[in-house]
Amino acid sequence: MSAIRPRTLFDKIWADHVVEQLEDGTALLYIDRHLVHEVTSPQAFEGLRAAGRRVHAPGNTIATVDHNVPTSGRREGIKEPESRLQVETLQDNVREFGVPFFDILDERQGIVHIVGPEQGISLPGMTIVCGDSHTSTHGAMGAWAVGIGTSEVEHVLATQTLLQKPAKNMLVEVNGTLPAGCTAKDVVLAIIGKIGTAGGTGHVIEFAGEVIRNLDMAGRLTVCNMSIEGGARAGLIAPDETTFAYIKGRPFAPQGEDFDRAVAYWKTLPSDPGAHYDTVVRIDGAEIQPMVTWGTNPEAVLPITGIVPNPDEVQDEAERVQMQRALDYMGLTAGTKLTDIPVDVVFIGSCTNARIEDMRAAAAVARGRHVAPNVRALVVPGSGLVKTQAEAEGLAEVFLEAGFEWREPGCSMCLAMNPDKLQPGERCASTSNRNFEGRQGKGGRTHLLSPAMAAAAAVTGRLTDIRELV
Amino acid sequence: MQPFTVLTAIAAPLPMANVDTDQIIPARFLKTIKRSGLGKHLLAGHRYDDQDQERPDFVLNREPYRAAEIMIAHENFGCGSSREHAPWALLDFGIRSVIAPSFADIFHGNCFKNGILPVVLPRSVCDQLMEDAKLGANARITVDLERQVVVRPSGAEIPFSVDHFRRHMLLNGLDEIGQTLARTAEIATYETARHTAKPWMPSISL
Repeated sequence: MSAIRPRTLFDKIWADHVVEQLEDGTALLYIDRHLVHEVTSPQAFEGLRAAGRRVHAPGNTIATVDHNVPTSGRREGIKEPESRLQVETLQDNVREFGVPFFDILDERQGIVHIVGPEQGISLPGMTIVCGDSHTSTHGAMGAWAVGIGTSEVEHVLATQTLLQKPAKNMLVEVNGTLPAGCTAKDVVLAIIGKIGTAGGTGHVIEFAGEVIRNLDMAGRLTVCNMSIEGGARAGLIAPDETTFAYIKGRPFAPQGEDFDRAVAYWKTLPSDPGAHYDTVVRIDGAEIQPMVTWGTNPEAVLPITGIVPNPDEVQDEAERVQMQRALDYMGLTAGTKLTDIPVDVVFIGSCTNARIEDMRAAAAVARGRHVAPNVRALVVPGSGLVKTQAEAEGLAEVFLEAGFEWREPGCSMCLAMNPDKLQPGERCASTSNRNFEGRQGKGGRTHLLSPAMAAAAAVTGRLTDIRELV
Repeated sequence: MQPFTVLTAIAAPLPMANVDTDQIIPARFLKTIKRSGLGKHLLAGHRYDDQDQERPDFVLNREPYRAAEIMIAHENFGCGSSREHAPWALLDFGIRSVIAPSFADIFHGNCFKNGILPVVLPRSVCDQLMEDAKLGANARITVDLERQVVVRPSGAEIPFSVDHFRRHMLLNGLDEIGQTLARTAEIATYETARHTAKPWMPSISL
């Protein structure tokens, strides 16, 4: 009997999608799902038009608008001319090329990475791409999902394939049990704090271990969402009963007997015992604490009980200069307790944390409390369906009574491409994924944290250890 | 795409690690439906002050670096988003090659699609090149993709490696889509086999 080499989940998905093996390891890979939004697609459609090409497989493609859309008063249209042009350009392109589309007033519209799983469009074993780095989110379904540039968007539209070299396999295993107050967001921030923003470069990260297994799908989507913040284009989690139960009955998922046949296939996907990983990282879940970032990239993260670090204690000169620059930008002084840092704005939303479970977690903290004076707090659901459900569950009312703004779905204040942005110098507790300089608005200062921690900061007016409030 | 063969040019030193795509081209400049015109916004937060005036001490605002075609940086250049506006902004400014100890994956791939050559060299070598670059117009650096060497102003040659397939595409300025469309038959064969193996696979239709 000849032994078959044990394979990882990623190895299996890769092998299943090779159209043609080319020289030097490069493969032509088939793409099952292509998600399209208004920011990274106009030049791609323009390229198709100029070359007289068509969209190869509209049935593998779904488009929506998210980055530019205002999160209030959208029935009156988009006021900002450049944003309006991008949205109108996508509307024209999907019509011309026959691409399925959730338009701005469709209840299914939302952040593309919320919409895919919610609609059952993103499924286990698939290859999924989108012109957006947070496409890694969909890996939580047990798929290989990567962000691509606009040239590749055009390539996928025209050919339904992508030229790729296989990534290395990295296993991040989080074992044990999470302490109270810790969520998926804290897990992934702790992972990035450990491996660094380039730790996963060249790798696909498979998240595993008891802590990951015990996460619901919302939590798994949060973890995979931030794979790219650890340098990995893709992060994934083996599909299991939690995954199958989540998918069952969703509008674009296989139905009836087809669902059962799909599950039979999906069950073959998890990594084989003994599969080889090029890099292995193990983290004790019991040691994770509620996390918050203090600097200008996501690895600049500490437990909320920590203090702002001191550049003078850093050996490497370039690193020291960089840390000082980050502190200057953030307006922070070494030695300050993180819980003494006041906030001006709180943003609960983004493809990282705008699912119904995130709304519930934030509302549980907001209930019966009130947003602190001088704090502006926004809650932005990830899709029209999340918004409707939150309203049906009474969560919107909880937020409004507590003094939060309850808004319409979109990327909102994650990236300052729409009216929701920070003013220079404003400090924000944010459930989004990037704390880069200027990310939430020119001169804006971002502290990344979980939805519960964000709600806690809103009601106290400062970064707060959620464990003080529950 | 413009082929990349040999480039001898002024190099701008940017001694920073983790230069993310939000720094290279902030999101507020992504609201364009064109590829061109982003050069003036390249590294906007570093180049311009709060009144949108040039910061005179920033490298790209100084001579001769306004004419730089090579950029030298530290680790993890281009981390963050997938926005191809980042290489578009570099290209529109005039940068054809970036030399750094490491690059983020998506940015690295995006460069090749736009005729920009990212060159990975050890930090110590990048620091040497950074010192060369500080000498300005008298110290041009050569990036030779044909021979896969970087040539210092002293004439010293530093070899670098590059993916064979990407090198071929870049040297010849080839259109990837055109190449792949020549494989339409293979794609059709795959799609037939996929339909047989996964008949449950839904097609998206509204």
